[in-house]
Amino acid sequence: MTSTWTIDNVKEALAGKKISARELLADFYKRIEAKNPELNAYLALTPERARRQADRIDSLIASNNPLPPLAGVPVAIKDVISTRGTKTTCGSKILENYIPPYDATAVERLEAAGAVILGKTNCDEFAMGSSNENSAYGPVKNPVAPDCVPGGSSGGSAAVVAAGLAVASLGTDTGGSIRQPGSFCGIPAMMGSYGRVSRYGLIAFASSLDRIGPFATKVRDAAAILQTIAGRDPHDSTSTTALVPDYLAELAKPLKRPRIGIPKEYFAEGMDPRVRQKIEAGIALFRKLGCELLEIRMPHTDYAIAAYYIIATAEASSNLARYDGVRYGLRVPDDSLLAMYRKTRGAGFGAEVKRRIVLGTYVLSAGYYDAYYLKGQKVRALIAQDFRDAFTKVDAILTPTSPVPPFKLGERTSDPLQMYLADIYTVTGSLAGVPGISVPCGKIDAPPDSSSSPSASGVGARFSASLSESNLPAKSVADNKSEGSLLATRHSPLPTSSIKLPVGLQIFGPPFGEARVLQLAHAFEQAGGPEV
Amino acid sequence: MKISREDVLRVAELAYLDLRESELETYRAQIDEILEYIGKLNELDTSRVEPMAQVLAEQQSTDATLREDLTVPCAVAEDVLQHAPDPEPPYFRVPKVIER
Repeated sequence: MTSTWTIDNVKEALAGKKISARELLADFYKRIEAKNPELNAYLALTPERARRQADRIDSLIASNNPLPPLAGVPVAIKDVISTRGTKTTCGSKILENYIPPYDATAVERLEAAGAVILGKTNCDEFAMGSSNENSAYGPVKNPVAPDCVPGGSSGGSAAVVAAGLAVASLGTDTGGSIRQPGSFCGIPAMMGSYGRVSRYGLIAFASSLDRIGPFATKVRDAAAILQTIAGRDPHDSTSTTALVPDYLAELAKPLKRPRIGIPKEYFAEGMDPRVRQKIEAGIALFRKLGCELLEIRMPHTDYAIAAYYIIATAEASSNLARYDGVRYGLRVPDDSLLAMYRKTRGAGFGAEVKRRIVLGTYVLSAGYYDAYYLKGQKVRALIAQDFRDAFTKVDAILTPTSPVPPFKLGERTSDPLQMYLADIYTVTGSLAGVPGISVPCGKIDAPPDSSSSPSASGVGARFSASLSESNLPAKSVADNKSEGSLLATRHSPLPTSSIKLPVGLQIFGPPFGEARVLQLAHAFEQAGGPEV
Repeated sequence: MKISREDVLRVAELAYLDLRESELETYRAQIDEILEYIGKLNELDTSRVEPMAQVLAEQQSTDATLREDLTVPCAVAEDVLQHAPDPEPPYFRVPKVIER
């Protein structure tokens, strides 16, 4: 059974004394006990901490005190986000026994707003991956399609919300790690602008890209969580002083015929035709909602993966230098200090992390810095310019979240480049620092034969690295009548089964345009977007 | 070939990372393929583009992010040492690094 709890009905049930925070908590732990062994989505539970918080809320209710905005709401935290006194492993053996001495600011703010922290969720090791299969503690199953991955790296945080094992959760996004698992598990998943949410206590992967953000079952709840965790934090000098608007108030406002850009480059070859069909149906719904659709160009999109994997691995190789067996985590003893470092790191890190450390160290090393790292930073500037240019013409940008539906466990693990290429639609927004949300946009049938991969039915099991050849007829932004062709559906005759795979639609906004992004996603959801 | 076995060994040494023999060749081949793909960036003329290290520069003045240089209490030393692999409060103990 899936929980139907939202923040609003938790509030209502608690205030109406239909259930106590303690009872609600027990109810969630019962469900987690029943379903987690199969899903492997929680790595650790925090019952004592949760009970203390639930009791606090119950005593507020008993004394008729006003309740904080997230009072009694059970939430889960990705295991790369520090929780005082509770193991925070980053999905890595090297931090198997690491207990942070402090809480991340986002965690502190959730608890201050009354949320009850249930536990820590599984993820790709140090948030490096797109399928959750790089966790040292085993993969997570997609609760919607059990033989498929939940996406990654925040696979556990997406799965617990989709399975009704938390009302909302925190994930982190460096190149798509919130949005893509949100898409794969069929729930809204939001990444605020870079600087919107403090990174204090987020264990660093790539500092210029890492962001914390929410998963929820409704856009409204994602907005409420973002509201709580957003805003300046003196502990993170990159957290912005820009004012945090009242997102829930903005959601309620009617759309004022916003102009929406459809970037031609995101609809190029390589997209599964069934995903395309759903995204086009989603775009048609936005048109029905009174949005003005414009085809736009973002000419450097095709270079984003290459630039991203230079910058992200370079930053990772530097950030992960701290795991040396001296101050915390694993130590593999040796008589020599340097050999101790080497052995500890060799034994403690998993394959994907080692691969990225080697690649990141290489692109930063003498003789290669200019050719790779500097080049990557310059191309990042071009991609950010694409977004700036687009936002002079449109208020928001619509794209697919992922070119493929959830793929089978084990299907892509042997080919890292192929896994990287699946991030094509999300890394652009990461590099540019803009906010983005993935919102459910229909479901497609999974092929009945479990041995055939759902993603292999697209252009090819290994999708093309080239996005320059678009299937859409070329049109200019000025041609207002052009949107008709974007809405044309292409049906692919495929066999059906009872399992449905979720598709996610991504909405980008300009920097600190979260309110507009949430408003559009909310309107889409209310108009039946998840069922298109 | 973009990256050789010797390159991987050199980089692993820089990163203080022990790699098994089997890992060496696997990573070399995979990273080689990734670098081959990354080579597509050379299609772009970036000679007049300023590199972008972070996104906030244009959005926020540094004044807003600077604070007074004040000492604030931070009483976590005991907590931190408690979870160290080989603590000897108030120190972290490591293998001897000075030869006699």
